Amino acid sequence: MSAVFFTLLLSVAVLVVVLTLAALAIWFERRLLGLWQDRYGPNRVGPFGLAQVVADMLKIFTKDDWVPPFADRLVFVIAPVVVVATSLLSFAVVPFAPGVVISDMSLGLLFFIAMSSLGVYSAIFAGWASNNKYALLGSLRASAQVISYEVFLALSVMGVVIMAGSFNLSDIVEAQREIWFVVPQFFGFLLFLLGGTVEAHRLPFDLPLAETELVAGYHTEYSGLKFGLFYVGEYLGMLLVSAVAVTLFLGGWLGPWLPPLVWFFLKVLLLMALFVLLRAALPRPRYDQLMALGWKLMLPLALVNLLVTGVLVVGSGT
Amino acid sequence: MNEPRNNGIKDSLAWALHAFSNSVHTLWLVFVHAFQPRATLQYPEEKPDIPPRWRGRIILSRDPDGAERCVACYLCAAACPVDCIALQAAQDNQGRRYPEFFRINFSRCIFCGFCEEACPTLAIQLTNDFEMSEYRRPNLVYEKQHLLIDGQGKYPGYNFYRVAGAAIGGKAQGEAQNESPPVDVRSLLP
Repeated sequence: MSAVFFTLLLSVAVLVVVLTLAALAIWFERRLLGLWQDRYGPNRVGPFGLAQVVADMLKIFTKDDWVPPFADRLVFVIAPVVVVATSLLSFAVVPFAPGVVISDMSLGLLFFIAMSSLGVYSAIFAGWASNNKYALLGSLRASAQVISYEVFLALSVMGVVIMAGSFNLSDIVEAQREIWFVVPQFFGFLLFLLGGTVEAHRLPFDLPLAETELVAGYHTEYSGLKFGLFYVGEYLGMLLVSAVAVTLFLGGWLGPWLPPLVWFFLKVLLLMALFVLLRAALPRPRYDQLMALGWKLMLPLALVNLLVTGVLVVGSGT
Repeated sequence: MNEPRNNGIKDSLAWALHAFSNSVHTLWLVFVHAFQPRATLQYPEEKPDIPPRWRGRIILSRDPDGAERCVACYLCAAACPVDCIALQAAQDNQGRRYPEFFRINFSRCIFCGFCEEACPTLAIQLTNDFEMSEYRRPNLVYEKQHLLIDGQGKYPGYNFYRVAGAAIGGKAQGEAQNESPPVDVRSLLP
C-alpha cells in the first residue's frame, strides 16, 4: 500500500517538477540566447526576468481557444495532448536519483524510444487535422525526419546497452560507477545528441517548424492554450532528451560530494545549455542534407560503433 | 568543401569530419560571446546619447530681444506633409505679424523637419527630446504656450528684424545690421 502511495506521490512530484522545469527552460533559453548574442533577454518581469514565463502564460490563457472551421475538430484537439503526454510518460522511466524513479521497468530504455516515436503522431495529427498546406508540409517533414533519425537514435544507445548489459536505466547508471559511458561511447553520445535534437525538433533541426519557409509548420493553425501545449511540449522534449542523455552517457546521478538529485539536475542543466548553444550558433540544414546526413553518415557510423563495441566487449570476455 | 556527390566512403568521411570541426568551431566562437559586453542600452534607467541634430519635439524659439521669432507666414504649415500644423496670423500695433494661435498635433507629426527647413526666421526648430508619450491622445496636441520656449534654441544671436531689409514697425529701412541707409537717387554726390 505504501509503495503505491509512494509511486503516486512521486508521480505528482515529477509532474510538477518537470513542468516547472520546462517553463523555466523557456526563460533559461531566452536568457542564454541573449547572453550569446550580446544582449540581455527578458530581465524586467520579476527577479532576473524569471516571472516572464508567468506573464506569457497568463497572456496565452487570455487568448481565444479557436478551432478553425475547416479543421478536423477531434484530431485537432488531440494532437497537442499527444506531444505533452508522450514526453511526460517518458519521464516515468528516468531515474532522478537512486530509488527516485516512478517505474523502474526492465525495458525502460525501450519505453523511452517507443514514447519518442509515438510523439511524432502529434505532428502528423496536427498537420493533417489543420487542413492547411504549410501545416501538412511541416508534418510531412516531421514524420520523415523523426522516422529516419529514430533508427540510429536507437542504434546509438545499443552500445550503452551492451556495455551495461541491461535496458534498465537505473542499472545503466550503476554500470557507470567506474567510468561514464561518454568516454568509451563517445560516438554513441554524439549520435544520440544529434538524434535527440532532431527528435525534439530543436534548432538547428527544426525543419518541421521552419519559420522562414513554413510559417510555423504543423502548429500554424494553433492558438491559445493548444499552442501553449505545443510550446511546452517542445521544451519537455528538450528536457527529456537531456535527462536521458545524462542517464545514459553522463553517469546520471553519480558524482562526488553533492547529493545525487543535485548532480542529476546540474548535468541536465549543462546539456540544456548545450542545446541552446546549438540553437544560437548553427544554421538550419536543407531538407535533403538532413536526410543524407541521417542515412548515409549517421546510420553507418552507429552500426560501426555498435559493431566495435560488441567486438570489444566480447573480446575482453566480460 | 562541398558535400560529397559520388558517395565514396573516403569523401563522405572527410566531409563529415570537416562539417563537424566547422560546427565545433562555430559553437566555440558563439560561446566566447558570453564574455563580450552587451550591446543593449537599459533604456529607462540609462538614457541614449542623442545627437544634436536629432529631429524630435518641435519648439518655437524667441529672438535675443525676447520677442517671438515666428512671423506667421504659414510656410511651415504649407510644407508639412501630414498637415499637423495649424496657426492663425495676427498683427500687433507696430504692424509686426505673430501667430494668434499655433497648434501642432504630435499624434500626426512624422518629425520630418520640413517645417524647420521652410521657416524663414528660424523660429520653428526640432529638438532632441523624444520622450513625449501620453496616455491620452488629445494630450498630444500642443498649443502655442506648450511650444514657445524662452530661449533661442539652436541658433543663438539671430534676430530676423535685425537683418531684414524691409521697413517694419520699430525699424526703419537701413537700420539693420550690415545694411546701409537707402541711397538718395536724386543726389549726385557720392
